[in-house]
Amino acid sequence: MTEASSIAIECKGVVKHYGQGAARVTALRGVDLTVRKGELLMLVGPSGCGKTTLISVIAGVLDRNEGACTVFGEDFARMSARARTRWRGENVGFVFQAFNLIPTITAAENVAVPLMILGEGHGAAIRRAREVLEMVGLGDRWRALPAQLSGGQQQRVAIARSLIHGPRLIVCDEPTSALDHQTGHVIMRLLKNVALREDRALVIVTHDARIFGFADRIAEMDDGRIERIVTDPRELMAGTAPGR
Amino acid sequence: MTRVALKMLMGDRLKYAGLIAGILFAVTLIAQQASIMTGFIQRMGSFVRDTGSVDLWVMDPQRRFSDDQKPLSETALPRVRGVEGVSWAVPMYRSWLRCRLPDGTLVQAIVTGLDDATLLGGPPEIVEGSLEDLRRSGGVLVDADELGGKMRMVRGGEGPLRVGDRLAFNDEDAVIVGTFRASKGFFWEPVVYTTYSRAVRFAPPERKVNGFVLVGVREGEDAAAVGRRIEAATGLRALTRDQFEAHSTNFLLTSTGILANFGLAIGLGFVIGVLVCGQTLYQFTLDNLRHFAALKAMGAGNWLLVRMVGAQVVTVGAIGYGIGLGAAVLLGRVIVKAGLAFYMPWQVPVLSGVAIGAIGLLAGSLSLARVIRAEPGMVFKG
Ligand SMILES: Nc1ncnc2c1ncn2[C@@H]1O[C@H](COP(=O)(O)OP(=O)(O)O)[C@@H](O)[C@H]1O
Ligand SMILES: [Mg+2]
Repeated sequence: MTEASSIAIECKGVVKHYGQGAARVTALRGVDLTVRKGELLMLVGPSGCGKTTLISVIAGVLDRNEGACTVFGEDFARMSARARTRWRGENVGFVFQAFNLIPTITAAENVAVPLMILGEGHGAAIRRAREVLEMVGLGDRWRALPAQLSGGQQQRVAIARSLIHGPRLIVCDEPTSALDHQTGHVIMRLLKNVALREDRALVIVTHDARIFGFADRIAEMDDGRIERIVTDPRELMAGTAPGR
Repeated sequence: MTRVALKMLMGDRLKYAGLIAGILFAVTLIAQQASIMTGFIQRMGSFVRDTGSVDLWVMDPQRRFSDDQKPLSETALPRVRGVEGVSWAVPMYRSWLRCRLPDGTLVQAIVTGLDDATLLGGPPEIVEGSLEDLRRSGGVLVDADELGGKMRMVRGGEGPLRVGDRLAFNDEDAVIVGTFRASKGFFWEPVVYTTYSRAVRFAPPERKVNGFVLVGVREGEDAAAVGRRIEAATGLRALTRDQFEAHSTNFLLTSTGILANFGLAIGLGFVIGVLVCGQTLYQFTLDNLRHFAALKAMGAGNWLLVRMVGAQVVTVGAIGYGIGLGAAVLLGRVIVKAGLAFYMPWQVPVLSGVAIGAIGLLAGSLSLARVIRAEPGMVFKG
């Protein structure tokens, strides 16, 4: 019982194809993965191995073709499209590689978007957004437009946006790959110290070896499968070093 | 989120302006063309409307509109007077005649001849002199607004006509005894009023006389019913004022190119509106597709997206409609000043509004369809 309730995500034999017939690409070939609550899990692996596809399935923005997958006990395959959209709105936070902020609205408005989607009024949502911006160290930049912020600042805005509605799962696709080394570390510290909580899971896709140290566990993918899961990044280096 | 949607749209200045311009152009074209057409329709019936206190207009059955040249036999009058229910019946002359101004300038005028005894069927407003002055020798009333306009002397006289000036209709002498004011008619030529007998003298000799028999029906009689009786008894056509106006308008719309012409222009305004707005809004949507997809990933349902695109379309539509209608009204002022037909009854803004609504609906649905088809899964695609 304690075992079950400590699990955030549980995937078994997840398969995902893109396209049909001869053009069919199999991106996931039976993924088994468990993510615990309070855990920061990194997904690593070569380009095209299926990392983005896997977090898309986990976050409920992509349907799997086979296998089982529950997120905080919920199975998207059993939900209506509407219920799934709603569930995502309440329980998932997103951080994208390209930040993906709306360029014509202020930092605070960008951060407030998830609350407004859930029906919160503009004024109240903006007030809350300013508090969260404070938490990521951008309290004084709430009126700035994305273009007036540096890349690192924009990603901090994106992290604030992923947190504001108190989601139970935060998924990040390459959150530091567009940033320099130092800024990447700032972002990771924010994710680890501000975003991560006991009852929340963070899944971060990356191929940025410099940030591996922030992970609780690292899942290495190859060709649509999870090859192994390690807790110490040095094991990863050691494992891959000889052959290549 | 509608506020966010509007900021997204307004942030793209060029497309925002393009959308408003598209709507504005469509509204201006539609409202202005519809008003000109309505103006023509109104002018087509203005002579019949202006001629008050007439219950029935009796005319040759082939007459298609109020100024059509279809003469009536002299025997029509006594035959109409003999029909049950007719209280009074008087003749009216109406035809184009050549008129020579004092300095020799020649103009075509629409001569209206009123019954000598009663002077029934005169213009709605006398400016100078009186209707009775028509009884003076050679007396004619001319349009007060045309003295220095279409009846201006250009062959040495150089200047407007005045009361007391002498005219000649086909070499018959006439004198201006007063002026009148009336609604503008459909035809360009100036209108002149005189008596029936004088008008017949002005006209080249012919067996039948161009004009009408005007009828008043007895109290308690239904004009339309008396009209049917007149038609049965005489073989002529007898129409109430409304029927005659509709008859004229109907001719204008069905037998001339006017409806097709204006319909085409109005349709063009609509098509341009749809193309410009549809294309611009769609391009805007494509440009912002990744943001829409991100919103979907973050939990935005279809209804929210409908409201967002709806807010964009309604805002652009309302602004474009307001400016466009204002432009059409201002343009109308200029057109009216130039003496051309322009009439904007409330139906025109409503029609333009409906057209803009349809443009918005078409353009909006196109974009919305794209937004709703956007896969939230694409948010992670670089
Ligand atoms: N929308 C798509 N249609 C077809 N194939 C796709 C699509 N998205 C991804 N793929 C393919 O699926 C495989 C896994 O892609 P992805 O999950 O993006 O890998 P990664 O994030 O590890 O680079 C790749 O071979 C890629 O080409
Ligand atoms: Mg990827």
